[in-house]
Amino acid sequence: MSDMDEMDDGSGVVKKFMFLNRKAPHGTVYALEGLEVVLITAAFDQDVSMVFTDDGVYQLMKGVDTKGIEVKDFSKTYRALEGYDIEKLYVDQVSLDARGLTEDDLIVDVTVLSVDEMANLMAEQDVVISF
Amino acid sequence: MPMVNIAGKEVEVDEEGYLVDLSQWNEDIAKYMAQEEKVDLTESHWEVVNFLREYYAEYQIAPAVRVLTKAIGKKLGPEKGNNKYLYELFPYGPAKQACKIAGLPKPTGCI
Repeated sequence: MSDMDEMDDGSGVVKKFMFLNRKAPHGTVYALEGLEVVLITAAFDQDVSMVFTDDGVYQLMKGVDTKGIEVKDFSKTYRALEGYDIEKLYVDQVSLDARGLTEDDLIVDVTVLSVDEMANLMAEQDVVISF
Repeated sequence: MPMVNIAGKEVEVDEEGYLVDLSQWNEDIAKYMAQEEKVDLTESHWEVVNFLREYYAEYQIAPAVRVLTKAIGKKLGPEKGNNKYLYELFPYGPAKQACKIAGLPKPTGCI
């Protein structure tokens, strides 16, 4: 098959998209906006994975109460991802350790990866979008 | 944003008519929104509206239509979890219209 054949009209092409979440859930709009982008991307049937690293791991914390800061608690929305067929959620082990967190502190089931495993996963992607 | 008077109560809606503060929602508001959308509320409509409110309470978002259809099928059976059934109830889009009636924001991913 030549390169031209592969390109065709673009329909049916599935790319590997990684959404990298590095910021704490509140205080900036990155986490919520990033989550909305992922939910919209789900409509295009792409191969989507989400990664939580650095302060981004706080986005998945269980038992959040945002009443005191008067913003919406969207942590429950991560549980809806499964219904959107987004099931590849990865968390960086070092980021969890540095914050004294374990998988049990998180609101969804995730795969915890070492730095090397994460680097390999990133290298496989067609597109990496960082929030 | 515009205010509308529903059954003697002033409520705020956005430019597309969606309820701004979902804690204000009640059956009168649902009936008003349905009238705006030209939907005659039957028990089958209420089933979907109530389902959406439960979904929102659990996940804090209004689901995209594809996700709504799948979730309804899971909970209420395949004869209800399909486009034909849901579009017959809500001809201008089940997610869009039913969410409005349920007092939820416009679904994320509703393009």
